[in-house]
Order: sequence, then C-alpha cells, then structure tokens
Amino acid sequence: MSDKNSGLIASLAHQGISRRTFMKYCATLASMMALPPSAGRAMAEAMAAARRPSVIWLPFQECTGCTESITRSHSPSLEGLIFDAISLDYQETLMAAAGHQAEEALEKAIEENKGKFVLIIDGSVATGLDGAYSCIAGRTNLELLKRVAPHAGAIVAMGSCAAFGGIPKANPNPTAAVAVTDIIKDKPVVNIPGCPPIPVVMTGVLAHYLTFGSLPELDKLGRPKAFYGETIHDRCYRRPFYDQGKFAKTFDDEGARKGWCLFELGCKGPVTYNACATVKWNGGTSWPVESGHGCLGCSEPDFWDGGGFYRALSMPADPLKMAATAAVVGTAAGVAATFANRAKKGAAKSAHETVTLADLEK
Amino acid sequence: MNEMQFLTWVRGPGLDIAIGIFLLGVLWRLIEIYTLGRKQDVAPGRQRDGASGLHTVFRRSVPPPGMVRKSPVTYIGGYVFHIGLAIIVFLFAPHIALIRDLTGLSWPGLPSQFVDLVTVVTMAAMVVVLFDRINKPAKRYLSTFQDWFTWTLTFLPVLTGWMAVQHLLLPYTTMLALHILSVELLLIFLPFTKLFHTFTVFGSRWYLGKINGHRGVPV
Ligand code: SF4
Ligand code: SF4
Repeated sequence: MSDKNSGLIASLAHQGISRRTFMKYCATLASMMALPPSAGRAMAEAMAAARRPSVIWLPFQECTGCTESITRSHSPSLEGLIFDAISLDYQETLMAAAGHQAEEALEKAIEENKGKFVLIIDGSVATGLDGAYSCIAGRTNLELLKRVAPHAGAIVAMGSCAAFGGIPKANPNPTAAVAVTDIIKDKPVVNIPGCPPIPVVMTGVLAHYLTFGSLPELDKLGRPKAFYGETIHDRCYRRPFYDQGKFAKTFDDEGARKGWCLFELGCKGPVTYNACATVKWNGGTSWPVESGHGCLGCSEPDFWDGGGFYRALSMPADPLKMAATAAVVGTAAGVAATFANRAKKGAAKSAHETVTLADLEK
Repeated sequence: MNEMQFLTWVRGPGLDIAIGIFLLGVLWRLIEIYTLGRKQDVAPGRQRDGASGLHTVFRRSVPPPGMVRKSPVTYIGGYVFHIGLAIIVFLFAPHIALIRDLTGLSWPGLPSQFVDLVTVVTMAAMVVVLFDRINKPAKRYLSTFQDWFTWTLTFLPVLTGWMAVQHLLLPYTTMLALHILSVELLLIFLPFTKLFHTFTVFGSRWYLGKINGHRGVPV
C-alpha cells in the first residue's frame, strides 16, 4: 500500500495490466456511466496520471461482505487491482498494521491529505448508548465518523448498511443504527447501496472523482444515476415472460425450469434500482435472477423489512390480523341491526291502529 | 418515511385496516339488508311468462329495446367500463397473485399489454361517462356528492395503476404505493356507498323481479 508517488497505471502495469486493457476498461466504465467516449480517455489519463489517491475506509457495523465483493469478486478483477492500487491508508480488515499503529496511520492520513482523501464507509452507525455498540480502538463509530468526515474530499457510503442502515437497522433495530447521511448532513455523500454493492460502481465513482474532481450525478437517494437509474425489472431478461403472464409458481416447477418470471416467487425487481441486470456479477458471469432467484431489493432502503423475500409485491406484506375480528364485529353489527329493525317494525305494527269506516266518517 | 417504507406500510398495516373495514362493512350491510324482509303479500300470486326474480336478473343486464340508441353513452360507456374493470381487477397477473394469497383461488391471467390496453379504454369510458353526467342537465340534477365521490374512488386505482406501469410522473415504487393506497380507500368506502351495488346488484334485481312476478308483471 505504499509508494504513493507512482501513478495508478504504473502500479497496474506492475501487476501485469497493460495500458491497452486499462484504456478498454475505462472506456467501458465511461459507457456504463453514460458518459461520452471521450470521457473514457479522460478517465484513463486522469487515473493513470493521478497520484495514487489516498483512501480511508472506515468499517462500522458491517459484515465485511462489501469488502469481499470488491476484493474477491473474481480474480483478478480489475476492480480488485485498482482497489489494490489506490493508497488505502486505513482499512481495518486489509491493513497489516494493528492497534496503536493503525490508529496512527489513520491520523497521519487525515493530516497529510486534508480535504483530498476519499472516505469510504461500510456498515451502519450505531447511535444507541451513545454509539457504544460498535467501537474501534476505544472510539465509537459515531465519534470516528465525526472526526474524519469533515476533512474528507469525498465521502462514499459503501453498501446498504452505510447508505441506508441496512440489516443492523432492520426491525427492531437494537443498536439504533442509522445511515451515514443521517449523521453527515453538510457534505454530499455518494450512496452505493447493495448487499453487497456491485464492485464496478465503486471504481466508477472513484474514476469520476479522479477525472473530473467531482462526484457523478446522483439520484434522490444519493445513488449514482448511471448505475441506479433503472429498475432491475425494466432491464430484466425475464421481462417478456412477465408481460406474457408466465410465472414460475415454485422454485422447481416447469415455469422455473423454463426461466419464466419470478414475480410470484417474491421478486422485488420492479421496485429495485440497481445495475445487476446489465452489469451482472462475478465479471459478468450471471446475476441473481439469471440463477433462478428473485431480486431481494437489496439496494433499496429497508429492504430487510419489506414484507418477506418470497412474497410477491402485490401480496400483503404482513399477515392480515384484523380480518377475523372484523368479520365477527361486522356479523355482530349486522345481527344487531337486524334486531333493531325487527323491533322497529314490531313497534310500528303494535302502534298501528286499524282505521274503521266509522273513523273516516267522523 | 421513504417510498419503500410507504409501500411496505400500504402492503402491511394499511391493507390490514382496509380489508378489516371492508369485511366488517360488507357483512354488516349484507346481513342487515337481507334480513329486512318484506311484509307478506297475502294476495294470490299470478303467473305470467317472464315474470320472476331470475328473469329480471338477466333482463336488467341487457338494455331495453331502443335504449342504446336513446342514451348510447350511458349504456355503451357503462358496459365498457364495467367489463374493463372486471378484466383489470381479475385478469391482471399481479392481482391474481393477491387473490390467490388471500383466498387460495387462482386462474390464468392475460398478457400485461392487453390489460394495459383495456385500462386505457376503461379510463376513456369513465371520463366520457363523467362528462355526460356533467353535460346532461337531468343527470347533473340527479347527481349528488356521492356520485362524484364514488366515480373518483373508482377512477383513482385505475389511473394510478396504469401510471405506475407506464412509469409516469413518479417513480414506480411511489406510484405503486399510491395505487395500493387508492385501492384501500375504495375498499374502505365500498360497503358504505352506492358502490355496494357490487354485492347487491343481482340480489336487488331478483327482489324486484320476484315482487312484481307475484303480481304477474315482468319487469
Ligand atoms: S424476474 Fe423479477 S425483475 Fe425479472 S421480469 Fe420478473 S419480476 Fe421483473
Ligand atoms: S438482484 Fe436485487 S437483491 Fe440481488 S444483488 Fe441485485 S439488487 Fe440486490
């Protein structure tokens, strides 16, 4: 993780990545981000020339899945190599240093790259018990975030936990976990949600930052529009089956074998904005829906509490609790009304006085 | 509350409340209406062909001779949107999935493009019928708040559902949540407004046919 002054390209060359491969990668990246082809060149040049960007990665309440996604997606992935090539000054899981040395590295990185370093956070921030649920070197995640964030050049919330609170925030949220944006309000934060997120999105954001010195265009939830602009459903190759009304009803029926739509098996593709359907996973090998499982909606806020992964979007999210009581009350009300009406009729009948001819002649 | 929480709420507690009120209202009103009874007609019944409850149920489902020409909008528009609504509600696959989940019953659905087309036609028919109601002095005079209100309650789910599928105006998630919410409003008000005719229409036709049939009058 050293030798900061050599450019990224030199470091990549060192690992056997030719300039040509790198240029091609940047061109793909640019097109994925809906940037003009010239941007690919610009990106390649900026990244090649860039002094290796200093990155501080703070792991909070997380499962390391996001780190795994990037470093081990498939080997050797270019994302992984670029990731290796950046100057990762602080990352609990990957760094060799430990204990006081690690904390010193952190402070040093902040001082040396004030206002320039990229701060990546994975995991949610515990706020319960003043944040005591999750500490590193005696400091709570909350304290650490407040210490580091003001000096960052760019902040990236990596994965659904950092972006939206994720699994730690799931009901009943015992640690009072929140998203990074719930704490950092005065600085733009790029959210790269996903459980885990797609590796190329992170390289894309990094490349954009290095090339243009700015963050890519973001949607309302702080996600780069280039990757989160469309739903899984709208780009899903099983979509024609959805439109034809052909659905797999179980995971092993004929429909499932024929590759029909997984909507009825709980696919959340229609409400999930992510790039899985186009970018795919593991170097473009496949993606969840292609392997036969519905989308869980992992890049959306609170996907964990979305009413069950195997319930279709049009099905109730919770079991109906009131129906039985309502039916009893409704029946009782109907019976009561019946008696009231009968009583009324009876009263009218007994109050009825027969009119005789004599009465009329009176 | 973000849009996903909104969606989960309408699919969860919101739906629970709506279906609860719907069931309560439907059972209450059905029991009340059908136990009302009638005073016994002691006059001897008269027989006449075509004068019975069943006859009226069918007869009233087709326009009387000459009436289609007289008020085409009412009849054609009415048929189109009623049949359209039935197709949308009962033959769109995601709706069938809901019905299957709630009742265990299911049947094959129609291609979504077809349902889409039916939706557009249904909305057009509903709008035409509404304009007719506004335009024709007699209809306007007879209309009460409930007529405008129930039209809106019926129209909103169709409109929001279509807009969600077409990705219009709002992100799909929000529109879908609004769609479900509008259906919930419909469910809540249905038992207590004239929309309750969904449950009573054939019963009341039968009832009318039977009383008049007893007198030997086919209606
Ligand atoms: S499998 Fe999921 S994402 Fe694909 S078409 Fe069906 S519902 Fe949409
Ligand atoms: S398919 Fe859906 S659940 Fe699976 S990784 Fe992609 S966004 Fe997440």
